[in-house]
Amino acid sequence: MHAYANPTRFLAIAKPLTPWLLGVGLLLVLGGAFAGLTMVPGEAKQGETARILYVHVPSAWLGMGGWTSLAVAGLVQLVWRHPLSGIAARAIAVPGMLFTALCLATGSIWGKPTWGTWWEWDGRMTSMLVLLFLYAGFIALTNGDANGAGGQRQGGSLSRGAAIYALVGAINIPIINRSVVWWNSLHQGPSITLGGSSIDKTLLWPLGLTVLGFSLLFGAIVLMRMRRIIADNRVAARLRRLADDEGN
Amino acid sequence: MKAKHQRLVLAAVALCGVAGAGVLAASALRDEAAYFRTPAEVVAGKTTVGEPMRLGGMVASGSIRRQADGLTIDFVATDGKASIPVRFKGIVPDLFAENSGMVADGRMRADGVFVADRILAKHDERYMPPQMGDMPKNMKVPATT
Repeated sequence: MHAYANPTRFLAIAKPLTPWLLGVGLLLVLGGAFAGLTMVPGEAKQGETARILYVHVPSAWLGMGGWTSLAVAGLVQLVWRHPLSGIAARAIAVPGMLFTALCLATGSIWGKPTWGTWWEWDGRMTSMLVLLFLYAGFIALTNGDANGAGGQRQGGSLSRGAAIYALVGAINIPIINRSVVWWNSLHQGPSITLGGSSIDKTLLWPLGLTVLGFSLLFGAIVLMRMRRIIADNRVAARLRRLADDEGN
Repeated sequence: MKAKHQRLVLAAVALCGVAGAGVLAASALRDEAAYFRTPAEVVAGKTTVGEPMRLGGMVASGSIRRQADGLTIDFVATDGKASIPVRFKGIVPDLFAENSGMVADGRMRADGVFVADRILAKHDERYMPPQMGDMPKNMKVPATT
C-alpha cells in the first residue's frame, strides 16, 4: 500500500493502465448500449422508456461510489498523509459530479413519461441532489490550491477542512441508498439487492456491461486527472526552484 | 501512541459521531420526509379534512370508474390494510392502472373521499419483458381508458 503512495511508482503503473481502462471501458459501454437499445425487449409496462436504465443505474452507482472513494481518500489523507490520497480525491470529484448530474438528468427524463412529472421532492431525488451540491462544494473548496504556485497546498494534498468535508459528506451515501426504504417515496425500491434482482434476466445482462464499462471509464478518467495534477505539481515545483535560483 | 494512531482514533470517533447524528436525524425525519401518506395512516387519523396532502397506494383491482363527463374518474386507493375512495378530474399518466401504484395530490373531504388535483403513477422495482409476446402491441398495457 505504502509503495504505491509514491507518485513515481504510481505513474509507472497508471500510465500503461489508462489506455486499457479507457479502451475496454468504451467497448463495454458501447456494447451494453447497443444491446440495451436493440437486443432486449422493451419493458412490459413502461415500454421503450425503461431502456434509460442502462445509463441511469451506472451513473447512480458511480455518483455514489465516487463520493465513497473520495471520502476514503480524505480519511487516508487525514490519518496517514499519503501524498497521493489528496490527488485522488481531487481527481475523483469532477467525474463523480458529472455522473451524479447524469443520474439526475436521466432520472428526470424517465420520470416524465413514467410518473408524469420531471421532478418531485421525494427522499431519493432530494438526497441525490444534495450529493450533487456536495460535489460542487468540494470542487469549490479544493479548486486552485492543488499546486504550490498559486495556492497554499503543496503536492496536491487536501486541506484539513476539505478532508473533513469529504468524510462528513459521506453520511449522505447511506441516506441515498436507504431513502426508498426508510421513507415513502415516488422512486421505486431497490431492484437489485443481495437477495437477487427484480429486473428480469432478459433485461438485466446489458446493465452488467454498462455498469462495468462506465466504471472502467471512470477509473480511466480518474487516472488521467491524477497524472495531470502530478504533472502540474512538478511544473510548479520546478518553477519555484528556478525562481529561487534567480533570487540568489 | 504515535501521532498517526492518534489521528486515526480521532477520525474514527468523529466518524462515529457523524454517523450517529445522521441516523438520529434520519429517524427524526421518518414521518416528515415521507413523500406521501398511506390509506392506513389516513384512516388512523393522521390527517385533517381539507389539509393539502399526498395519498399513495395501489389502485384497487376493478375499482376504476369513469364518469359521464369523460374526464372524471373514481377509484379506490389501497395499501392492503385500508382503502380510500379517490376522485380525480383530469388526465392520468400512461402507467396509471389497476393493481399498480399511484400518488395523488389533493385533500380529504369530510365524507371520506380524497379529491385529487394531480395524479402520478408509481413504478415498482420489477422490470419484466412483455409477457404476451405474441399478442398485438396494444395488449401489453391493461386497458384502463
